[in-house]
Amino acid sequence: MLNVLSNLFIAAVLAGTPLLLGALGEILTEKAGNMNLGVEGMMFMGAITGLVSSYYYEQFVMKAGGTPSGFVSALVALIASFIAGAFGALIYSFLTITLRANQNVTGLTLTIFGTGFANFFGEFFAGKAGGYIAVSDVTKKAFLKVNIPLLSDLPVIGKLLFQYNWMVYFALAVAAMLLWFFAKSRVGLNLRAVGESPATADAAGIPIEAYKYGATIIGGGICGIGGMYMSMVTTSGVWVHGCVGGYGWLAVALVIFATWSPLRAVLVSVVFGGLTVMRMYISIPGLPTQIYDMIPYIATILVLVFTSMHENKEHAQPKSCGINYFREER
Amino acid sequence: MSSQVKKVKEPLLRMAKRDAITSKQAWIVRGIAFLLALVTGGLLIMILGNNPLAVYKSMVIGAWGSKTVMNETIKITVPLLITAIGISIAFRMKFWNIGAEGQILVGAVAAGFFGLFTAHIFPKVPLVILMMVSSLIAGGLYGLIPALFKSKWGTNETLFTLMLNYIALAFIKYLMNGPWKAPGSSFPKIAMLAQGARLTKVFGVHWGWILALVLVVVSHIYFTKTKQGYEIAVVGESTNTAHYAGIKVSKVYNRTMFISGALCGLVGMLQFAGADYTITEGTAGGVGFTAITVAWLAKMNPYGMLAVAIFIAMLERGSNTIQTQFKIPASAADVLIGIILFFMLGCEFFINYRLILRGKEEGHA
Repeated sequence: MLNVLSNLFIAAVLAGTPLLLGALGEILTEKAGNMNLGVEGMMFMGAITGLVSSYYYEQFVMKAGGTPSGFVSALVALIASFIAGAFGALIYSFLTITLRANQNVTGLTLTIFGTGFANFFGEFFAGKAGGYIAVSDVTKKAFLKVNIPLLSDLPVIGKLLFQYNWMVYFALAVAAMLLWFFAKSRVGLNLRAVGESPATADAAGIPIEAYKYGATIIGGGICGIGGMYMSMVTTSGVWVHGCVGGYGWLAVALVIFATWSPLRAVLVSVVFGGLTVMRMYISIPGLPTQIYDMIPYIATILVLVFTSMHENKEHAQPKSCGINYFREER
Repeated sequence: MSSQVKKVKEPLLRMAKRDAITSKQAWIVRGIAFLLALVTGGLLIMILGNNPLAVYKSMVIGAWGSKTVMNETIKITVPLLITAIGISIAFRMKFWNIGAEGQILVGAVAAGFFGLFTAHIFPKVPLVILMMVSSLIAGGLYGLIPALFKSKWGTNETLFTLMLNYIALAFIKYLMNGPWKAPGSSFPKIAMLAQGARLTKVFGVHWGWILALVLVVVSHIYFTKTKQGYEIAVVGESTNTAHYAGIKVSKVYNRTMFISGALCGLVGMLQFAGADYTITEGTAGGVGFTAITVAWLAKMNPYGMLAVAIFIAMLERGSNTIQTQFKIPASAADVLIGIILFFMLGCEFFINYRLILRGKEEGHA
C-alpha cells in the first residue's frame, strides 16, 4: 500500500509539472490584469516548437559530423518553447493591450490558433522526417530522471524528492522566483498594483503598458515551457497529435484554486496531477476506466463551485483582470 | 529634491477616439484586415514552399468545384451555423459558453438513445421528432447546469462549461466501450442508425440546412424584436442596469443558457441522424470552438453568421483538398482561421480610434 502511494505521489508530481508551469505563467499574466485564456494554445505552440527545435539541432550536429549533446538539446528545447509561448502571448498582448480587443475572445482565438499551429507543424515536420517526428536517445536521456549525488540515494526521500527529471526542479524554481518576485521585489509590487488598479498605478507613474506586456509575454513563455514538458517528457520526445489536450485548460482552473499564489500552485498541481493519473495506481472496482477519466474534470468543477461559494477578499483574482485599461476612459 | 524636469516629447503616434465612422468605412477597414490576413496566411504557405495563389485556388475549388464537394461543404456549414447561433445567444449576455462541444455530444447521446434503441417501435416521423425533442432537452439541461451555478454563486462559467466538454467526451467513450458497444464488434464503436431512421435529404443534403436557415431568421427576430432578446442585450451590457430595470438576471441567465445549450444539442442530433449515422468521439469535432469564431466574426448577427459559417466551412473542406494536392496538413484551416480572427479582432481598433502622427495635428479636439 505504501509502495502504491509513493508511486502515485511520484506520478502525480510528474503529471502535475506541466500543469504547474501553465498555472505559473497564467498567474504572472493575471497579476498584470490580463486574463489570457490562450494557455492551451501557448502550451501547444511550446510543445511542437521545443520538440522540433531539438530534433533539428540533432540533425544539424549529426550532419556536421558531431555528436549532439543532451544538455544543449534540452537547452534548445527550453529556449525555443519559451520563445514560442512568448510569441503567442505577444500576439495576445498586442491585440488586447495596444488594440484593446476583448480579452476572452482573443484568448480563445489564441487557443484555436495554437492548437492548429501545433497540429499543423506536427504533421508537416513528421511528413518531412518520414512519417513521424521523434528526438534521438541522447535528448530523451536528458529528460529522464536526474541523479543527484548523495540526495538521490537517500532511502525513501531520495526516491520521492530527488529523482525527477530536471524540469520538475525547474518548475519549482520558477514558482520560488515568482513567490519572491510578487512579495519582495519592487517591480513585482508595481505589477500587482497594475493588476489591482491600473488607474492608480498609472497615476503613480508606473508604465502600465510595459508592465502588462512584460508580464503577459514572460507568462506566455512559461506556459510554452509547460507545453514542451508534454512533448518531451509525457510523450517521451515523440510528437503525438493533440498531446496537450486539455492540460492548458486545467492549468487555467488551477490558477483559481491556487488563489493566485505560486506556492499554493505547487500544491494544487500535485493534487490535480495525481487525479489525472490515479486510475493507473488505484483501481476502484466496478468503475469503468472512461468514467474514472472524468475525475479531474469533475473535481475541477467541484472546486470551482466551492471557491465561488466562499469568496475570499484577500485571495481573490486581481481586480482589473479581464478588463482592458484605457487611460482616456477611466 | 531633484529639480530635473523631464521634457516629454510628443509620441510618434498617438490615438484619438473617432467620432463616428460610417458603416461603409467600417466595412472597408474590415475588408482590408481580411485581405491582410489572407496575405499573412499566404506568406506562411510561401515559406513552406508552395504558391499561395495556387493553394487558395485549390481550396476554393475543393469546396465548390463539384456537386459532391458542394454538398460536403454545406454539410459542414449546418452544424457550424446552428452552433454559432446557439453560442451567440449566450455571448450576447456576456456569458462565455465554450461548452458547445459537450452540449452537442449530450444532444447526440439523447438522440442516439431513441434512434438506436427504439427505431423498431416508432415510425420515422414520430421517431425523428422524439430524437429532436430529446436532444434539445438534453443539450439545454447540460447548458443550464453552469448557468444555475453562475446565477447563484457567480461560478466561473468559462471553465465550468469547458470541463463539461471533457466529461461528455469521456461519457461517449464509456458508451462506445461499454453499454452501447455495437453487437458483434471487436472494436469499441456504437452501432449505425437504421437506414429508415436517417434524416431525409433535400437537394443532396439532410434537411438540417433548411432548419438552419429558418433559425437564422428566427434568431434575428428573437434578438431584435422580442422582450427576451432585449433582456439578453441589457444583461450583456451591464448586470447592474438590468437590476435597476427590474430584470431578474438569474432568470435570464438560466433561460438563455437553456436555449443556447438546446440549439447545440440539436446539432448533435443532426450530426448523428443526418451526417454520421453513429456517435463517436469526433461527433462534435471542434465545431463548438470554431463556432465561437463564427459568432464573433459576425458580431453575433445571424445573417453575418450565415456568411461566415459558409466561408469557414469552405476553408475546412478546402483544406482536405490541399492536403492531398499539396501535402499541406489539413490543420492549415485552423491556423488560417486563427490568423483571420486575429486580424478581425485587431481591426476593430482602427474603426473606433484613429492614429495621429507626431506634429500632424496641433489643436486638440
